[in-house]
Amino acid sequence: MSDVSPVLPSPVIALVGNPNCGKTALFNALTGSRQKVANYPGVTVEKKVGPLVTPAGRSVRIVDLPGTYSLRARSPDEEITRDVVLGRAQKDVTPDLIVCVGDASNLRLALRLALELKQVGRPVMLSLNMMDIARRRGIEIDADRLSREIGVPVVSSVAVRRGGTDALLAEIDRQIARQQAAGTSEWHAPDAGALRGAQREADRILAAVVRGPGNPDSFTSRVDKVLLHPVAGLVILLAILFVMFQAVFAWAEPGMDAIEAGFQWLGSLVEGLPLPELVRSFLKDGLIGGVGAVIVFLPQIVILFFFILVLEDLGYMARAAFLMDRIMGGAGLHGRAFIPLLSSFACAIPGVMSTRVIDDRRDRLTTILVAPLMTCSARIPVYTLIIGAFIPDREVWGFVGLQGLVMFGLYTVGIVGALTVSFVVKRLVWRGKSGEPFMLELPDYKIPQARSLAIGLWTRAMAFLKRAGTTILAMMILIWLLASFPQPPVGATDPAIDYSFAAMIGSAIQPLTAPLGFNWQINVALIPGMAAREVAVGSLGTIYAISGGEEAADQIGQALSAQWSLGTALAFLAWYVFAPQCASTLAVIRRETGGWTWMWVTFFYMLALAYVAALVTYQVSRALGAG
Amino acid sequence: MNTLPTIALGAARVGFRGRIHAIDAARGGTGLPAEELERRLIELGFVEGANVELLHQGLFGGDPIAVRIAHTTIGLRRREAMAILVSAEI
Repeated sequence: MSDVSPVLPSPVIALVGNPNCGKTALFNALTGSRQKVANYPGVTVEKKVGPLVTPAGRSVRIVDLPGTYSLRARSPDEEITRDVVLGRAQKDVTPDLIVCVGDASNLRLALRLALELKQVGRPVMLSLNMMDIARRRGIEIDADRLSREIGVPVVSSVAVRRGGTDALLAEIDRQIARQQAAGTSEWHAPDAGALRGAQREADRILAAVVRGPGNPDSFTSRVDKVLLHPVAGLVILLAILFVMFQAVFAWAEPGMDAIEAGFQWLGSLVEGLPLPELVRSFLKDGLIGGVGAVIVFLPQIVILFFFILVLEDLGYMARAAFLMDRIMGGAGLHGRAFIPLLSSFACAIPGVMSTRVIDDRRDRLTTILVAPLMTCSARIPVYTLIIGAFIPDREVWGFVGLQGLVMFGLYTVGIVGALTVSFVVKRLVWRGKSGEPFMLELPDYKIPQARSLAIGLWTRAMAFLKRAGTTILAMMILIWLLASFPQPPVGATDPAIDYSFAAMIGSAIQPLTAPLGFNWQINVALIPGMAAREVAVGSLGTIYAISGGEEAADQIGQALSAQWSLGTALAFLAWYVFAPQCASTLAVIRRETGGWTWMWVTFFYMLALAYVAALVTYQVSRALGAG
Repeated sequence: MNTLPTIALGAARVGFRGRIHAIDAARGGTGLPAEELERRLIELGFVEGANVELLHQGLFGGDPIAVRIAHTTIGLRRREAMAILVSAEI
């Protein structure tokens, strides 16, 4: 059943507010998981649209906008907010009603923003969000008086409780029913005098309508005494990061084992089917083997995003940026770059997108340039495979696993590489020009909401599976075709794959990669790996399965350890730390920087680093007798 | 009002409590034009008459600092905080 779409487009309601006012939680509560645009965790840097049917039966569209303190828009994410609010963006998101969302226990800056929004000439209302927290802290707000003072309707909302948005929904219905046409905008970028006047007005209103303890959240104060302590704070931050990366490996194991078993079972099913040999090979080696080799990493990716989402929802990310500002400043990075770079450990795409919170263009470009050097989750499959095959599983110093240590080392090399590159860029390209100020609100701590977490994890997991089902699947089919055709001549004695296109291509680039210790099988795996890093694992699996038969297909790792030298394996790892092997990241860099230049700069500097790193690694290993 | 001398918030120690006396953006040693720095400080709530408290500072050079202003906590560098002139509470 599908409804006939209404003639009039459904009204648009824009949510606008300061960062950390709980706007996104409110958006999730209003639209549930029906939201159209999947956003990346960390921060809202793009508008999100979700449908909603109001209690009166009206269907409206809710637009969630990046948080801002003013419509002046100092950074690209705030420009989106300004353009939508002023009706300069696409027509279909021009708001019919602006809901200014304010944290009820911290209204000072939200009120000033509300006063500014009133000048836009569109209907505005104020929603006092997180009212439950404010009440618990003994804060009382005279909403009627507040409404009279600022001249817009005021409701309170609790995004995280059932029925907590009823008053907001009822007011939305009332406002839409009035069908006020947008007036002319009197808004122009306020100067310091106007801002000062508006803040004084907001302070005057606040003093009149808010009763309650003048003291701030004591829980946050007490926790900050530890977490923002100059020494203990840094130690705890490092400990959190360490636990996070340990968990990615330890917690994911049962899930990965289960997925692996599932795909093996599927493979054995296909094995038993009465099919021509070629079709069976396609299904088993190409499809199931290739896609399975990638999907198996879903648990690790979900766990990594889980940590990032929890830290963000807790309000810890801003503290991490605060603690790291000086340290990162030494490497030529802005403190705010910490959040994009941490997100890049999950995936460089949200990392590059979240650099929009950085105001200064130079600081932002530097961050974009180095974000892909952070070890993203797509490298995990490659690292895990090679480490598992070549690094003995034993303990060093009695308690640390050697394999885990090598993994930690690879992460470290990526981080050191990123810091070095940004240092060089700052000194040589920008010539150390004194940059942007670091100013960041440190929000009160909040307990993350299971529902918001679940929505965040769900959208990430789906994005990954979609990639596995499209890009990665297509690449796997291509690899299988290249590895299977042309078929060997009758009476051929060598493995079938030696006669294939894959072998021809791999051998053709052999002269270039021979100094790195790469054989032709690696060369073949690198090419589809340009589309998505993790494909290399599936590709190697397919190539060795077709060339090596059953035993090899069962254990890619065993096949590798039998056919590669340690030097080759280490060089392959070194290559993967730096190589620009991800078409999606390059595409997002092109989009975010608005041109091809920075995309090519990123591509070539990473390729050069990868080549040199692999070359040095292989030649040194060989000199030491591991070639 | 007491008549204690005013100092720059950027030069204050952890635990300092006071009231904002003036914003003088020309004193903020930053890459931004003074007018822009002034607007950004006001947007984060730094206006004359507001109470501030210096809560925390970083490990290296005591930078950046975390400042409570009304119910909000803002992290900023001492460089920019030099533009915020405060008088100590009695």
